[in-house]
Amino acid sequence: MPSTSPGSPRTPGRAPAVEVAGLVKRYGSRSPKTAVDGLDLTVARGGVTALLGPNGAGKTTTVEICEGYRRPDAGTVRVLGLDPVADAARLRPRIGVMLQSGGVYSGARAEEMLRHTASLHADPVDVGLLIDRLGLGSCGRTTYRRLSGGQQQRLALAMAVVGRPELVFLDEPTAGLDPQARHATWDLVRELRTDGVSVVLTTHFMDEAEQLADDVAIIDGGRVIAQGTPEELCRGGAENTLRFTGRPGLDLASLRKALPEDSTTAEPAPGSYRVTGTVDPQMLATVASWCAQNGVLPDTIAVERHTLEDVFLDLTGKELRG
Amino acid sequence: MTAIGTFTPRPGAAPLARMIRVQAALETRMLLRNGEQLLLTVVIPTLLLVLFSAVDIIDTGAGSTVDFLAPGVLALAVMSTAFTGQAIATGFERRYGVLKRLAASPLPRWGLMTAKTCAVLVTEVLQIVLLTVVALALGWSPQGNPLAVAALLVLGTAAFSGLGLLMAGTLRAEATLAAANLVFLLLLVGGGVIVPLTKFPEAAQTVLGLLPISALSDGLRAVLQHGAALPWGDLGILAVWAVLGLGAAARFFRWE
Repeated sequence: MPSTSPGSPRTPGRAPAVEVAGLVKRYGSRSPKTAVDGLDLTVARGGVTALLGPNGAGKTTTVEICEGYRRPDAGTVRVLGLDPVADAARLRPRIGVMLQSGGVYSGARAEEMLRHTASLHADPVDVGLLIDRLGLGSCGRTTYRRLSGGQQQRLALAMAVVGRPELVFLDEPTAGLDPQARHATWDLVRELRTDGVSVVLTTHFMDEAEQLADDVAIIDGGRVIAQGTPEELCRGGAENTLRFTGRPGLDLASLRKALPEDSTTAEPAPGSYRVTGTVDPQMLATVASWCAQNGVLPDTIAVERHTLEDVFLDLTGKELRG
Repeated sequence: MTAIGTFTPRPGAAPLARMIRVQAALETRMLLRNGEQLLLTVVIPTLLLVLFSAVDIIDTGAGSTVDFLAPGVLALAVMSTAFTGQAIATGFERRYGVLKRLAASPLPRWGLMTAKTCAVLVTEVLQIVLLTVVALALGWSPQGNPLAVAALLVLGTAAFSGLGLLMAGTLRAEATLAAANLVFLLLLVGGGVIVPLTKFPEAAQTVLGLLPISALSDGLRAVLQHGAALPWGDLGILAVWAVLGLGAAARFFRWE
């Protein structure tokens, strides 16, 4: 067996799925609006990467530059090692694209359009299987303009993956979907990942990024302001919390003294204690030994994880929409 | 080694000929499925042919009325598909991101344009067959060389396609819809289709004679009604329109 780097699902020795450096894009000529402002992003192969940010953060512009739709005003962009504009003819058969909306003849039937898209590729996925998987069977003969918004979204997703691409760009794949359709989409994305397809998706749903992504890039104001696995992002930076329960009315002053300066202690409810600060093994040991000194056996002791939502709020000072 | 999954990447474009063929077939189905388009491309030309042949409304000069009308209606059919229909359809495809999405597919842009042209030509063939049958039933006796007719139809298609695509690629879809219909109506009246240009004042005749629809209907009439060999003047006018229209469309067409 050839040795592989441990714990990495990614394939070394090939160009990254996406490599963006110093990307700048402005719109308008008289009073240009900067949509992307010095964005750096590297997407490794073989995982799901979520570009997470509020509307207007520059997610779609970035993705559409990677798809070859727009030229950057500055910076370099490589997708599968290719220039999306100059090498478009070589790149396009290898990527799958789901636009935020539209993309289908209003008079085309759902199945007809999917079969058509399949026939533009050398070795497409079985269309019937894809229709079943995405629950499009009941509307296969319905023309696009009569499909519901959710059905239109799922058809666009099917069209993006039917050609067996190496890399798929999904621009807000679950916007406007009901929970059931949303889960069908998530399952499909997970299956793409299992089968070795690289996926880049944009979303403004925290739970979507947490559920699906191996790697999250938080985008705000046209830049990547943080990138990492959901766990890394939730651990790092933000102030963390440790909670434990014990006898009510413990004197916390001695605990406070034993902890680092920036920590706080409180008993928000009788017998329920909260410690904030940098939660690391050292802090846990301090709390445990303080409990031992005071003859307290905590019923529970838990490190409270921050959600991506908290991280985002901390980083941007903004709530995400949706 | 992992098992081959449903989505295990095996990317690649289909052979170019197959892509263009399936795209042309799809474009043709979209054209023929659209009710408003059929009204424009089939119903109106057929009605005009039947109505004006049967009822003597317009003085069409010497000879039988249908011999005058049939070439004009054939020119109208070409204009309805290559210009009006194509402009409206392409304008809405642009508006709804169809062109944008296709641009991300393995089909190159020139392949898409080739497929669109094929769809226009197939529709025109169907129109011409239908209108010819109706005209023959009305007593039409066409003259001239079929190759000269084909040359006129092809150049006319090129001229109207260029103008239609220019409109679709630069205006908003709603504006294209309105303008394409208005132009259709104006050229129907002022382009020698059913009203001979000689009915207009002399100064107007010179200008109207330079319109692509006038050149096409006049050229078709010269061959089919009068048995002319090759109407070089009309072919020249159509060629100029084709070069200008297609050139401007290539230069100014915006894909989204």
